[in-house]
Amino acid sequence: MRALDGVTLAIERGEFFGLLGPNGAGKTTLINVIAGLARADAGTVAVMGTDTLADYRRARRMLGVVPQELVFDPFFTVRETLRIQSGYFGIRDNAAWIDEVMHHLDLSGKADANMRSLSGGMKRRVLIAQALVHKPPVIVLDEPTAGVDVELRQGLWQFVTRLNRDGHTIVLTTHYLEEAELHCSRIAMLKAGRVVALDSTRNLLASVAGSRITVHVMARDGTQHLLQIEGHAALEGELARLRAQGVEIADIELERPDLEQVFLRLTKS
Amino acid sequence: MSFRTLFAKELLRFWKVSVQTVAAPVLTALLYLVIFGQVLEGRLQVFEGVRYSSFLVPGLVMMSVLQNAFANSSSSLIQSKITGNIVFILLAPISYLEFFWAYVAASVVRGLAVGAGVLACTTGFVELRLEAPLWAVVFALVGAALLGALGVLAGIVSEKIDQLAAFQNFVILPLTMLSGVFYSIHSLPGFWRGVSHANPFFYMIDGFRYGFFATSDFPPGVSLAIVLLSFLTVAALCLGLLKSGYKLRT
Repeated sequence: MRALDGVTLAIERGEFFGLLGPNGAGKTTLINVIAGLARADAGTVAVMGTDTLADYRRARRMLGVVPQELVFDPFFTVRETLRIQSGYFGIRDNAAWIDEVMHHLDLSGKADANMRSLSGGMKRRVLIAQALVHKPPVIVLDEPTAGVDVELRQGLWQFVTRLNRDGHTIVLTTHYLEEAELHCSRIAMLKAGRVVALDSTRNLLASVAGSRITVHVMARDGTQHLLQIEGHAALEGELARLRAQGVEIADIELERPDLEQVFLRLTKS
Repeated sequence: MSFRTLFAKELLRFWKVSVQTVAAPVLTALLYLVIFGQVLEGRLQVFEGVRYSSFLVPGLVMMSVLQNAFANSSSSLIQSKITGNIVFILLAPISYLEFFWAYVAASVVRGLAVGAGVLACTTGFVELRLEAPLWAVVFALVGAALLGALGVLAGIVSEKIDQLAAFQNFVILPLTMLSGVFYSIHSLPGFWRGVSHANPFFYMIDGFRYGFFATSDFPPGVSLAIVLLSFLTVAALCLGLLKSGYKLRT
């Protein structure tokens, strides 16, 4: 089976980039190839211009990956876990940054708790902290908010947005399309290992039809009907026609185009 | 720095559960000594002028060193693979050489810690002399490194706990028990003596015992060469697998 097929992508420095696609599209495989966890049969990957195979040490120092799976080492506390991760990246005295990361992720109160004793949401925060201990310029978040409560989700996005503002490149995969729409400036959509769309979020949204207007009408015999109008242009004419027929308008709903429509159109086709 | 951290992490890992990883194997070795020492003391003399329990202790010490060195690297790797936390090592800028040596060095430390524990607990009951201590130290170090490397190999190749358990129960345990821990291979019939010579564990036990009694079934220099060669072979195999990412990177 071919997990990825001819994927060519260039993510700019400082971008907040979204990688979307249905289950099995190849998002995590692509991240694993970038991170060196999987090896591609052909092709090359460079992180900040450094080849991930030829100079893997340099490339990995520039990359922080939050894995999708909720993995942890049950032998250690949160602080030990972060110290160990710092050491793997060759950083000896990292206490100040570890404290800062823990503070932003609301982990300070759990610093000396064993990883086993943490809730799923807390473990997710530690995974994010582990990816940040070496201050990587590129941060890859693979489904970072899966199974996470609203409070953490908001705190996480605030922190990640700040990191992006500070110049970090963020690569995000998520099933919550509203999160991608809100945060990502550019998006690639994968389907069966191929890139089926690569554009700015704005252009992708503009590529689907404009707003959809749903008019709830009450006929003379008292029955209710729905009338769907694509785009504002046709609205005035339709309303005039309804008024001429003496139909009563009960309600009007406005539905703006969203990433879900783009996603469904591209991945279902 | 990456090597030091991985090495320190591996030490901390077994130290945090030292009752299970150090104290329990020391107790097991002492039980062997009590049972076999009591039953065979006075009935069996292997070396001239050496009581059976004195002969047995170095064998038990070395057996503990070897089994625990293997257990350390193999169990750590398989646990990390099964729970998935090995990803933190694989994502880091750690070379395959650093990876290998960190696991082997931590295994050596655990093996020596358990061996030292067995030795310390038995010296009060059994008369021991150290005729050639350097030989004992060298065999303990190289033997532990060989078993630590074998543990790395088993940890890489195994995908499930029962695969590792099979390796431990059907390869490591018989090779250790049939290596002359409890007897001299000179007491075996010719065929089994020949079989014992094909067992690399025999050379480690015999060489280590030489450090205590300055007498052995096989010349210690040749034994050391065989053990070193075995280590180099296993190390080369491990490094090849680690470099290729076999069963670690997809």
